[in-house]
Amino acid sequence: MRLNALLVVILMASALSLVSSQYQARRLIGDLELAQSEQHRQEILWNQLQLDQASLSKHQLIDVAARRDLNMQPATPARTQYITLSHDAMHAAALLEGGPQ
Amino acid sequence: MRGVQFHASPVLAIKMPAWRSRFIIFLLFAGFLALVVRALYLQGFSTDFLQTQGEMRYARTLEMPATRGKITDRNGVVLASSVPALSVWAIPEDVDASPAELSTLAKLLDLPPADLKKKLSDDDRKFVYLKRQVTPETADAVDKLNLSGIHERKEFHRLYSQGETMAHIIGFTNVEDIGQEGIELAWEKDLAGQPGSRRVFKDRLGRVIEDVASIRTPHDGRDLTLSIDSQIQYLAYSDLKAAVEAHRAKAGAIIVVNVRTGEILALANLPTYNPNDRSDLSGAQLRNRVLTDTYEPGSTLKPFTISLALAKGVVTPQTIIDTAPGRLTIGTATISDSHAHGALSVEDIIKVSSNIGTAKIALRLPSEDMWDMFESVGLGQAPHIGFPGSAAGRLRPYKSWRPIEQATMAYGYGLSVSLLQMARAYTIFARNGDMIPLTLFRTESPAQGVQVIPPGIAAEMRHMLEAAAGPGGTAPRAQVVGYRVAGKTGTAHKLENGVYTGDKYVGSFVGFAPVSDPRIVVAVMIDEPTDGVYYGGDVAGPVFSAVVGGALRALNVEPDSPIKSLIIPPDAPGEVP
Repeated sequence: MRLNALLVVILMASALSLVSSQYQARRLIGDLELAQSEQHRQEILWNQLQLDQASLSKHQLIDVAARRDLNMQPATPARTQYITLSHDAMHAAALLEGGPQ
Repeated sequence: MRGVQFHASPVLAIKMPAWRSRFIIFLLFAGFLALVVRALYLQGFSTDFLQTQGEMRYARTLEMPATRGKITDRNGVVLASSVPALSVWAIPEDVDASPAELSTLAKLLDLPPADLKKKLSDDDRKFVYLKRQVTPETADAVDKLNLSGIHERKEFHRLYSQGETMAHIIGFTNVEDIGQEGIELAWEKDLAGQPGSRRVFKDRLGRVIEDVASIRTPHDGRDLTLSIDSQIQYLAYSDLKAAVEAHRAKAGAIIVVNVRTGEILALANLPTYNPNDRSDLSGAQLRNRVLTDTYEPGSTLKPFTISLALAKGVVTPQTIIDTAPGRLTIGTATISDSHAHGALSVEDIIKVSSNIGTAKIALRLPSEDMWDMFESVGLGQAPHIGFPGSAAGRLRPYKSWRPIEQATMAYGYGLSVSLLQMARAYTIFARNGDMIPLTLFRTESPAQGVQVIPPGIAAEMRHMLEAAAGPGGTAPRAQVVGYRVAGKTGTAHKLENGVYTGDKYVGSFVGFAPVSDPRIVVAVMIDEPTDGVYYGGDVAGPVFSAVVGGALRALNVEPDSPIKSLIIPPDAPGEVP
């Protein structure tokens, strides 16, 4: 008799926990679903922004802006000063670039 | 008497027949039996049907669209990408909008009201697109009108960030997002991806509450990384455009190849088109001349004849060939030089581009060897570049060559090539005599070449080609400040209906730089310049010079020729401690 009572209590507890975990699972899946659609939305936005970045930084636009609006000229070798690095400077530059030579 | 004597009630004394109670028990039992049978029937026999019916009320199959892959340049700049767009469609029967509503709709969709009315008047059709690929904002506005019978469908719209500059490489997709030209067509399978679907349970509010099964996992399209450098591409395109406009040419093409890896850094064609707005396109605009058009290369082919003669030991760079008096008759035909020269060394034949000198050398070579040479540098066969419509060009079998043909082929007439083939063939001079396959995709590893001529001969040719692009050569305008360049001009009469025209030319230049350690091969072709200047050195040479100068700076290549500084004072420090 007492054993049966115990079993009934356990059964009830298990049934309730099943209900609760089912509820939890559904709520979590709902959250996951929301997060995934948010991810999808962000991905689309990211694509759009990448595209905008590429379109707006098109070399053609930069070229026109530099030449016409800013009155700039290309750096020809004639206007470039080439420098020869000494040994120490080369070493320092190599270190800066992130690797011992 | 007070009260009723119940125990003495006569009703209790009535004796019921025994069958009545049995009958009641039987009825109850029969009722239970009916329930048991029904339960057995539901559980045992129609359970599948019931489960399907139940599932239909809460399970849904969701379509999961795949996004088409992006195309980027070698530095990750997005060249082509898909963004969501919506298409507005209607069931004409169901539409009953007022004229005012219809005119608002027409305005929103940017359609003439008459067109819209016509589309909606066809009651027989169940489905009609009103406008495809509208922006999400427009779609929202249409939604707000809340018209019956008007629906929207999710689609993707492909956008090309670089516009006409790269139109020919990338190509474009149609309204269904299926590749039609260029990379979009050639790599359709990789780019398109696989849409998937999955089964879910939904609650009464339409929220997904359980993921049942994934029927097909969606695979997004693969992103492609091209070998193109958009900076060099723009440079090549704009310089080519300037030249085509200045010489009022019919068309032009240019290709820049990385000598070490075989990557195509730039490839441009004119005329071109804007892939984002293809409302009026002509075949001429669509043609990728670098790959699909062939032309007779003219003098740019001479170095191959000469290097073969050097490799076979028929001549040395110093061998003297008499080209006087500027005309040479072979059989019934006469060939000539544009300027008469006297006795020339082999070096000078390349330098001044003498047809007669090259023809005389070619006639000392067996035709089979010449054919072998042309064949091994890739002429007459379509390059394996995975691009739709790559042309093979024309190289006839040597057995049918007559001597005059062998002589003219030596300087680039009587066979045809694409510009890509020429650029690729020149890698044998830019490298140590080996030829590499070209690729449109970024690669880190150096290319594996096939030896065509010995390294020593390649070095000699580099020296000769540098002289050809130097003072006294045919293309002094191809020189670049700061870098040693080498290359060969070509000026060929155009062949029309089997006859060489007298006044239509293809001016070309193929070369590489810097000569001390070549990094890029650049091939330029200008088709039918009409402003009176048509020599390859004059129309294509300056384009080569501008592109090489810009590209080598963009690639951070150290100058290999002394620079006379114009602006920096001479006492400026030349060394940083």
